Amino acid sequence: MSSPVEPANDTHATSGTGRSVRFRVSRFKRGDRKPHYQDYAVEVAPGTTVLDALTAIRRDQDPTLILRHSCYHASCGTCGMRVNDTEVLACVTEVAGLDGGTVKVDPIANQRLVADLVTDMVDFYDKFTAVDQPLVRDSDAIPAATVPPGVPGFTRFENCIECGLCLSACPIVATDPRYLGPAGLAAAQRVLEEPREADAFSVLRLTDDPQAAWRCHLAFECTAVCPSNVDPAGAIMFLRRRLASDRVKSIFGSGRRP
Amino acid sequence: MSERATGAGPGLDLRARGERISPRRRGAWGWVDVRGRRLGQWAFILNRLTGLGLLVYLFLHLGVLSMLAVGPGAWDGFVSTALTPAFLALDVVLIFGLLFHGLNGLRITLVGLGLVVNRQQALFVALMVFGAIALLIAGLRIFAVG
Repeated sequence: MSSPVEPANDTHATSGTGRSVRFRVSRFKRGDRKPHYQDYAVEVAPGTTVLDALTAIRRDQDPTLILRHSCYHASCGTCGMRVNDTEVLACVTEVAGLDGGTVKVDPIANQRLVADLVTDMVDFYDKFTAVDQPLVRDSDAIPAATVPPGVPGFTRFENCIECGLCLSACPIVATDPRYLGPAGLAAAQRVLEEPREADAFSVLRLTDDPQAAWRCHLAFECTAVCPSNVDPAGAIMFLRRRLASDRVKSIFGSGRRP
Repeated sequence: MSERATGAGPGLDLRARGERISPRRRGAWGWVDVRGRRLGQWAFILNRLTGLGLLVYLFLHLGVLSMLAVGPGAWDGFVSTALTPAFLALDVVLIFGLLFHGLNGLRITLVGLGLVVNRQQALFVALMVFGAIALLIAGLRIFAVG
């Protein structure tokens, strides 16, 4: 077992650094009418993340603060939240890189609030499963692949970490619960791009719906906040191009209308 | 893997399916709240505002044209009002709305059909630069007439 890091060398320290930052954290408990803010002061080091600070608050100041986290390295997607009104993963958001003196922390928007910074992700997963389509893969394993000459690199569409940040940032999701949403549509696009054994045609037909690919209004906020470079907005535009192309072909009798 | 469907069925309306609907959505505030947002959200909300503005203008325009039926006096009176600096400034606002809505609509049409998706932000900036130049020229000409 390694020895503890000396405080002077701990770039993630939350005490003994001499630089105190105020955190304004959204609080909500069952029975409350609406969320309210509570302020905490936390000392930070150059590398202290928002998640470091929040866990320090819970550990040292207020054990009633509820938040969700797991991996600490942007892989699990559980610590997605809104920091200074922007959707981020708290585990890789350094306090030193934020503008302004006070760090405002809210849960992700457009999902049912459970408590404090924790939301119920059932609605998010409903979009994957309720449509009865194979949008969730059995396995994301991809055989070792070499980038072909002339291609700068593979665009990864299958690395959604299911953090829900895209749904929080999307202005359409804010008002329309029927919208399939950027995460679900990106998953659909991925199935079309590489069907494996899935029924790609039925997935394409699913996306040809006023509440699917055609509901997006091109704010591109989902792509902007996605921590995994899934590019949901680009995926939706891919779907539209495919759907529009098929529709034009069907007019001239040279394609199937989805 | 999820059970595959034939594509038929109740579709995407989760409410029609009796699915639970989240009560914590931001609502229309999620359209207009630009805090922490980027260029795309500004384009989104400005497109809506200019669209509503142009709709209101359409009815105002029809109302103004109805003065022609009242008589030359009513129309001439309106024209003299229309040449005041304050009214001319409203014309500039109208041109802004037309340019923004039209040019952003062009971006939405192209990108929405899967074209220039990876350069959509550059396209937006280029169109807005063009629009700003056109607005400047239009403004100068409007006030020159005034």
